Amino acid sequence: MMSRLSDDRSRAAIAASIEKRRVDTRGLLFRTLLQACLLLTLALLAVLIISVVTNSTDQLGTRLGDFLSGTLRSQSGDDRLGVHQGIYGSLWIAVIVAVLAFPVGIGAAVYLEEYAPRNRFTEFVEVNIRNLAGVPSVVYGLLGLALLVKGNLFGLDRLTGGSSTLSAGITLAILALPIVVITAGEAVRAVPVELREGAYGVGATKWEMIRTQVLPYAAPGILTGTLLSMARAVGEAAPLILVGAISGRLGSDPGLLDLSALTDQFTALPIVITTWTVQSGRDVGFTAAAASAIVVLLVFVLLMNSAAIGLRNRFEKKRG
Amino acid sequence: MSDGTETAIEHSAIERPAVERSATGDNDASPAETMPSLATERDMVFRSRDVNVYYGSFRAVRDVSFDVYKNEIMALIGPSGCGKTSVLRCYNRMNDLIRDARVTGTITYRGVDLYDERVDAVEVRRRIGMVFQKPNPFPKSIYDNVAYGPRVAGQKKGLDDIVESSLRKAALWEEVSDRLNDSALGLSGGQQQRLCIARAIAVDPDVLLMDEPCSALDPIATARIEDLMQEIKQDYTIMIVTHNMQQAARVSDTTAFFTSDVHSERDTRTGILVEVDTTQKIFSNPSDERTENYVTGRFG
Repeated sequence: MMSRLSDDRSRAAIAASIEKRRVDTRGLLFRTLLQACLLLTLALLAVLIISVVTNSTDQLGTRLGDFLSGTLRSQSGDDRLGVHQGIYGSLWIAVIVAVLAFPVGIGAAVYLEEYAPRNRFTEFVEVNIRNLAGVPSVVYGLLGLALLVKGNLFGLDRLTGGSSTLSAGITLAILALPIVVITAGEAVRAVPVELREGAYGVGATKWEMIRTQVLPYAAPGILTGTLLSMARAVGEAAPLILVGAISGRLGSDPGLLDLSALTDQFTALPIVITTWTVQSGRDVGFTAAAASAIVVLLVFVLLMNSAAIGLRNRFEKKRG
Repeated sequence: MSDGTETAIEHSAIERPAVERSATGDNDASPAETMPSLATERDMVFRSRDVNVYYGSFRAVRDVSFDVYKNEIMALIGPSGCGKTSVLRCYNRMNDLIRDARVTGTITYRGVDLYDERVDAVEVRRRIGMVFQKPNPFPKSIYDNVAYGPRVAGQKKGLDDIVESSLRKAALWEEVSDRLNDSALGLSGGQQQRLCIARAIAVDPDVLLMDEPCSALDPIATARIEDLMQEIKQDYTIMIVTHNMQQAARVSDTTAFFTSDVHSERDTRTGILVEVDTTQKIFSNPSDERTENYVTGRFG
């Protein structure tokens, strides 16, 4: 048995050995660095938004309604510029991307993940889809120009009306397709094998298993990915220039729900922004107008993303 | 037993030619066949002969032969990696789902060759249900989990009754009857596993395959599942894979002991069946030394 004295001594020794003694400098530095990264990102974003919004007050603050309903002009003349035609183009491009790229992309992804045999060929296909997602958007513009506008190969120009909202929408749908396939494929791959086996274990066929387990479980992921790809497609300007978006005076000004104008000449918000920014050196009115158009596009994309988040949350709640 | 005679008639129609049959007929002197205590009077549910499981070129299980009789609980025991689960998954064609997996040999279910090309694996799984190692309830309500099997089988009416009777059989009804529409993911692990048993029972199977059903559960939840197995064995034939020797000793009627055969030059292991007998015999007086070493805790 130890004496009391040595007991106290050993306690003191233990206390000394586990005493807090050094400052974790490297850890603190690391943490600060990470914080700085976040702050830099936020600061850049804040600068962008603040400058755009202040520049836009000239237009959006004084004549919001006119700006949203007005048409493109080649002269600024403060009271006359408007983005109505741009909104029409971007809205329908988004709709066409959704209608074409989503079902085809999700279908291809489910086939690749669930049905396709694992061999050299499917590996080759998958690698190529990944590469396609990285192809510069201008290249898709060239494809759209040749296939849809000029009508090379299949004479599709008769269907699309040449340079039109429809051609632009299809071009951007093709651009979004590989991204949709990749993100949907990843969501499908993330479905736990336990759920699949559970369904098979009580006698589900492959199709029943996919319908009742894979698709509901993967839905939030598929949805987020596809809507983000749509937001990206809507922000593209380069392919639209090749497809023949109008940047000057555009004759027609269809109502937002006028389907017959889909095969007419068109413009879209990114084109409007580019054009006006290019012309801003000539006339101050264009600077304010470009900033205002940016705000409109941001709101447009923001609405789409919030729809994506809202839908995802609903699906996630449903999946439990 | 009207069901048994029906399948007997049915299978004779799709039975393979006699020439191929005789190959397995020669093997009738295998250990399972000579077991004295298991009278041949009883209905044989599974008959397996020279079953091999391959994953690509790797042979995971070699030449397994044994029989399973109606209303008995058969335990498959043995050290990790000896192929117990691979063997179990042969009996409801679950290995079909694994890429590169291949099963050779003969497994007959009530006389019908399970791997005959005219046999539909989906129909097999409706008759031979499975409970997995990790409780895997679907991310749906308790009700929808149990009703899942009947629904995919095309049943629309009488689901309420099936759900209730299945949950009662799985000893879960009392605990969940007032919250059938709550998510199954809110249940405890033991409740989830009983729900999975209820889900398997709901399609009215003939056999239940259980792959280490208690390995993720605490002793109390395990005891409940074991009691449940004793209760439902009057309606079903059960095969259970377990790491837990006490569990095998407590619940099973017959036990198959597997071990792995190590190929030193290729550094691979192949599961082999050492011995099949009544559980009592396996644990008190096994014929093979390896079995004795294992059940007495000297290895594995």
